[in-house]
Amino acid sequence: MSVVDIKDLQISFATDAGTVTAVQDVTLAVQAGEVLAIVGESGSGKTVTARSILGLLPETARVRGAVVLSSKDGTDEHDVVPLSGAKLREVRGQDAAMVFQEPSTSLNPVYPIGWQIAEGLRAHGEYSKKEARAKAIDVLRRVGIPDPEDRVDHYPHQFSGGQKQRIVIAQALVLDPGVIIADEPTTALDVTVQAEILELLRRCRDDFGAAIVLITHNMGVVADLADRVAVMYQGRIVEQADVRTLFSAPKDPYTRQLLAAVPRLGQGVERTRERAAGRAAGWERAAPVVEARDLRIVYPGRMRRPDFVAVDGVSFSIRPGEVLGLVGESGSGKTTIGRAIAGLTKVSDGSLAVLGTEMNGMKERPFRPVRERIGFVFQDPASSFNPLLTIADAVAEPLVVHKRAKDPRAARPRVDELLEAVQLPKAFGDRYPHELSGGQRQRASLARALALQPELLIADEPTSALDVSVQARVLELFAELQRELGFAALFISHDLAVVDLLADRIAVLYRGRLVEEGTGAEVLGAPKHPYTQRLIASLPVPDPDEQARRRTHWNTLRAAE
Amino acid sequence: MATATSVPTEAGPAGEPDATPARRRRSWRQLPIVHQLGQSVGLQRGMLVAGLVLMGVFLLTALFAPLLAPYEYGQLRDAEGLFGAQQSPSGDHLLGTTVGGYDVLSRVIWGSRTALYVIVVAVLLSIVAGVLLGLVSGYFGGWLDRVLVVIADAIYAFPALLLAIIVAIVISGGQSSLWGGILAAAISITVVFIPQYFRVVRAETVRIKAEAFVESARVIGASNRRIMLRHVLRNATRTLPLILTLNASEAILTLAGLGFLGFGIEATEAAEWGYDLQQSLSDVTSGIWWTSLFPGLAIVLVVLGLTLVGESLNDLADPRLRTRRRVADQEPAEEGEVAAVPGGALTRGPAGVGGLGVTVAGERPGTPASAGATGAEPADGQVAGPDVTGQDGGGTRS
Repeated sequence: MSVVDIKDLQISFATDAGTVTAVQDVTLAVQAGEVLAIVGESGSGKTVTARSILGLLPETARVRGAVVLSSKDGTDEHDVVPLSGAKLREVRGQDAAMVFQEPSTSLNPVYPIGWQIAEGLRAHGEYSKKEARAKAIDVLRRVGIPDPEDRVDHYPHQFSGGQKQRIVIAQALVLDPGVIIADEPTTALDVTVQAEILELLRRCRDDFGAAIVLITHNMGVVADLADRVAVMYQGRIVEQADVRTLFSAPKDPYTRQLLAAVPRLGQGVERTRERAAGRAAGWERAAPVVEARDLRIVYPGRMRRPDFVAVDGVSFSIRPGEVLGLVGESGSGKTTIGRAIAGLTKVSDGSLAVLGTEMNGMKERPFRPVRERIGFVFQDPASSFNPLLTIADAVAEPLVVHKRAKDPRAARPRVDELLEAVQLPKAFGDRYPHELSGGQRQRASLARALALQPELLIADEPTSALDVSVQARVLELFAELQRELGFAALFISHDLAVVDLLADRIAVLYRGRLVEEGTGAEVLGAPKHPYTQRLIASLPVPDPDEQARRRTHWNTLRAAE
Repeated sequence: MATATSVPTEAGPAGEPDATPARRRRSWRQLPIVHQLGQSVGLQRGMLVAGLVLMGVFLLTALFAPLLAPYEYGQLRDAEGLFGAQQSPSGDHLLGTTVGGYDVLSRVIWGSRTALYVIVVAVLLSIVAGVLLGLVSGYFGGWLDRVLVVIADAIYAFPALLLAIIVAIVISGGQSSLWGGILAAAISITVVFIPQYFRVVRAETVRIKAEAFVESARVIGASNRRIMLRHVLRNATRTLPLILTLNASEAILTLAGLGFLGFGIEATEAAEWGYDLQQSLSDVTSGIWWTSLFPGLAIVLVVLGLTLVGESLNDLADPRLRTRRRVADQEPAEEGEVAAVPGGALTRGPAGVGGLGVTVAGERPGTPASAGATGAEPADGQVAGPDVTGQDGGGTRS
């Protein structure tokens, strides 16, 4: 029996640039109790398709086709497309519920969570306060919130990110819907938390019997959870298959290259060995480009709150021409270290020597000449360019500031060279940042960072805002440039597989402390610290059978704790 | 290479050396108000057009006042002798005469000049001072910022008109000549408006200071002055046209208020609507309607026009308030142009108020595909078609 039946769906939007069709000829069915994953890059129409199941589209959208939603017991059927007002509200929550990407913004901060869970109940029937509370407590217990009787009265900010996502899932589950639409439910979470949420979603299917429409761009998540996969590209479904078939024998060329672009753990080990073998003798004795000794960075607390220690007693060094990968979850202090090296954050204690300059107690003026020798690539390519300057002007900026060129126009030949080096056509120099795609902007960002031929490049999550296939291309470019120009690099990322691809050595940060450091083979092959073990075990791999094995391993690790 | 070999080229070397030169040109369509006019639809367009028409009439009247007005603003007599006070509208005096014996029509027309002078001077002065202070205060922060904010708040807390009166008295001792009066009014309005620009620019500066592109300029080693002028200032002034139009209407009201309370410009020096209104106070009860109606109407219409323009610019600048044409009820003309994100891909330049929102990571500019892409890319087996930017329309398939 199918709970959702989408037939010939077409969705178009009225935009400033005229009508744009976001989804075309989509026909999909979700069977009761199955997990259907819709995968695709940003802009492929996967979110819009899933939202149409709940009629959650903006006013500017125009929907054609049929989206038939059946209730869980199969007694009732609605075509959602023509529904509006009260009829639509009746279906929402009851027959289909939604889990959003960002748990911290999908809960209302001014109401206790029990109230927010009960809100769905009140909308769909008569419940006394007591009954609603009892139901909320019950569902909270079932999604794994400890002490639900007590915590039902807590406010969202009193929960961690993973717990908030559990509460959002509880909110979706409380009315026992036939299908849950989960829009990138784990994207905003750390890998270790992601594994737990995926486990919970699996239980939603097994214990609650809910079908799940899982929207994601992460092929590892798909391999972990999905029963069936629909691949979307440019508003159409290019391939639909059960999960094993899709991963073992993808038919469509797009699916194939999408799978090929996913970084896998252990891919970089071979290359690291080659690079290490290729080093000149005495390389290890060369003066390090960056050397941190017991580095401590503290953000002062406000209003009588205690200080926040972001980095606590970290020591590491980067030698010339070496790529150090820094891995950790959000809040582990990895970005803070990168910013401290670039002189954007003050060092509180310990010593941090960057290109021979001590950063503890650094003054801006004497440090300025050192800046010439450091490049920085920011995480979000959308905001790291001044929207009012052309790409050529932005890339020329370091040349002009350090008096290598009189003005952006004089720097143009060098800018063209740089753009060519990052494989962007010269003509792109005349464009404005918003006229480039995310990947193109990140290449331009790389060109700007390399403009002064720095000895050290700091890359702060340079690919985490990009689609998988784009990410693969940017990483490849990064590796090529590093090989040719030979700069030392600090590569910061939350994704172990990405770091593994590029780094000579990997350092793992956990709550401001460096818990493990070594080559890729050492850290990934034989992790010593329990956190590293957990991190590696919770990273989903894009292979359903392999992932099932890893999941068992992860469960034993978790049970052991 | 460790990564798989058949990775797509995400930024295909689009074999178009200069594919879209037309898009680079800043045509007149990109000018602030013209751009919004093209963008608007329905009621919002109606509001904007009505506002623009009213403003146009106001500007033309002010510009051609000497040609349009039948008499001078201070003229009491012509060849046939005195006009006479409180004459009802007639062939000689289309809108009648005032209690002081001036021609109403002429004073209404000349009054637009005074209003325009005051707007221009007041807005210019307050914008320059407010923007500079806001920029410095927001960028450097610290004690300077705190002091300036407190001062701005103190001025804010004062009733604007009261403050304007005090400034008018301080500057001109209450009465003055044409330019003395205009300057008195303009400066008093300036004092009231500086905090507005100051606050807006300061808030924007504080926001922009935290943006990655400012940090990237700092990492490069750019000086504070360079960052402030090149990166922050231009990005911080995007909302100014809105405040400008709204403040212009407020300037007129303040000027009229000053005139009405007797701190305006003498009738012999210039025509001023607020002054005329005050003079006509006693006429209203005695059934003489023309002396108060027309100056009042002039104030209302100009303020209405400015407000309409300001409000519609405000609505158009916000993608959530902006209405768009409904999707046509027919099949989309072309297939393949399907890389879409709700809200629309940004293809417009960052011109004017509504030109540029924050680009969402998902938005891809729809660059035209070029078949047979060739170029600097290493030809290591590209798979064509599936390309995020939609550029690799027909690349090579290995």
